[in-house]
Amino acid sequence: MGQYIVRRLLIMIPVLLGVSLIIFTMVRVIPGDPAIIMAGPHADKEQVDRIRTQLGLDRSQVTQYLAFLGNLVQGDLGRSTRTGLPVTREIMARLPNTIILALSAILIASFVGMITGVIAGVKQNSIFDHLSMMIALFGLSMPVFWLGLMLMLLFSIQLGWLPAVGAESPKHLVLPAITLAANSTAIIARMTRSSMLEVIRLDYIRTARAKGLTEKLVIWRHALKNALIPVVTVIGLQTGSLLGGAVLTEIVFAWPGIGRLLVEAILARDYPVVQGVVLLVASMFIIINLIVDILYSYLDPRIRYT
Amino acid sequence: MEAVTSPTTKQWSQFRDVFRRLSKRKTAMLGLIIVILFLLVGLFAPLLAPNDPLEHSLQHMLAKPSLDHPLGRDELGRCILSRIIYGARISLFIGLIVISIGILVGVPLGVISAYYGGRTDFIIQRFIDTMLTFPGILLALILIAMLGVGLQNVMIAVGISTIPIYARLARSSVLSIKARQYVEAARSIGASDTRIITQHLVPNSLSPIIVQSTLHMATAILWAAGLGFLGLGVAPPTPEWGAMLNGGRLYIRVAYHVATFPGMMIFITVLGFNLLGDGLRDALDPRLKI
Repeated sequence: MGQYIVRRLLIMIPVLLGVSLIIFTMVRVIPGDPAIIMAGPHADKEQVDRIRTQLGLDRSQVTQYLAFLGNLVQGDLGRSTRTGLPVTREIMARLPNTIILALSAILIASFVGMITGVIAGVKQNSIFDHLSMMIALFGLSMPVFWLGLMLMLLFSIQLGWLPAVGAESPKHLVLPAITLAANSTAIIARMTRSSMLEVIRLDYIRTARAKGLTEKLVIWRHALKNALIPVVTVIGLQTGSLLGGAVLTEIVFAWPGIGRLLVEAILARDYPVVQGVVLLVASMFIIINLIVDILYSYLDPRIRYT
Repeated sequence: MEAVTSPTTKQWSQFRDVFRRLSKRKTAMLGLIIVILFLLVGLFAPLLAPNDPLEHSLQHMLAKPSLDHPLGRDELGRCILSRIIYGARISLFIGLIVISIGILVGVPLGVISAYYGGRTDFIIQRFIDTMLTFPGILLALILIAMLGVGLQNVMIAVGISTIPIYARLARSSVLSIKARQYVEAARSIGASDTRIITQHLVPNSLSPIIVQSTLHMATAILWAAGLGFLGLGVAPPTPEWGAMLNGGRLYIRVAYHVATFPGMMIFITVLGFNLLGDGLRDALDPRLKI
């Protein structure tokens, strides 16, 4: 197991290098002089020259990439061209908000999705099954940004129950978290249902029933643990995708997270910030995937990593 | 034993079989109807739209639905229904280009990866892994940051982000048919690699790719609309659904219809493709045969 984790960590290196190479190339393929673009529209020649030296654009591509990697390892992502603040500080100010939002969403999605999926699977072809799977398909087809606006229209503007935008109180979290959770809830519910359907047909479930165990125990103790294995993977993948989905949700609800920071940075051509956010999200996604794989082996001891 | 003949006839009867099973599923047929309607609206937009989608009238801005303008008017007084109808054409166009990019680049990558194996496979797979480290819409966002905003760039960005999916799919599909006898037979009579790939491997690995592209049309429309909503998509005044929603968002307190209807269209269209895709997948899975 320990060996497996080490090997997985080693495989992460080429992938992270690939990601850093993409991010490094990003600024260099943009049409025009990167130094002028990064300095912003109001910069004078001196500032542009300083950025050019700072970026090392006068050196060879390989030296530039190595220097970029060196800075990266030291946590130096440069400075925002909009605010002049270090990129790491900009990101750190917004990151907790995105983590709170994504965690709330994945908790809602896992809880609602798994319970719905189990009940729908156990009561296959019942009204509950058909209805919940139809709602799940709706959730899957709903554009996040539209759902957010519709929830805002109903609960904030019409009923006045919840605040529409901002992140001042826990109440502000409710609508964005539900919006972000919708899509993942649907995917988790569908996955749990089909996984449950496969497991409850197996012999050991029949044995458990034949032993006279209560149906509750058979379903929640025996069936669920095995049915959960693929579900854990899906939840893990969803946690990663939420980081992407958060971009749209944060814009709708003016939630001050890194998703909004990214869009603002793209619109303002603030490339150091774009680089920083992208690198962070990709790394988080890779780490989440690793954690999922480790959890997988815990849930299913048959899986041996040799 | 497997017959060493061209699998075309077999494929045709398989296709009919799949359609027969598909037609027994009500939800899949509903999906098919939605998809056909979407295609028709997109194709015949100029004949169907009651008004000019670009004609604005500031006197009537944010006007509520009426007989002349059944879905009301937007923030510049343009007919929302006509804009939605023309928007279907744009979404259809985006979807088709996105899928074409995904298939044209992704499928050859996957086929080459599976056919040659070894080092080629390793390099291509690491490349795909790297692309997959950007969750969801993020890769498209990065590409937009590189390429700049605009319709063409949205299509390229979303298209490129779908490459890994097709590459993976084609790879697994080719891996399973690579060892079949007709491929070996072709090789034994001296067929070149190119011939084996283009005449045997690609045509026979197409069916999962077709199903995937139906499901992917949904994602392509959603992502493109998402980019439009973020203000990174088509330039105004082009009637694109995501951009229309973004325009209406600011007026949601006073005129809910401006943002509601374009969003509803995205929802219904994506639902249609998802229903059809689900149905197709079930129809192609022999374990679920009705």
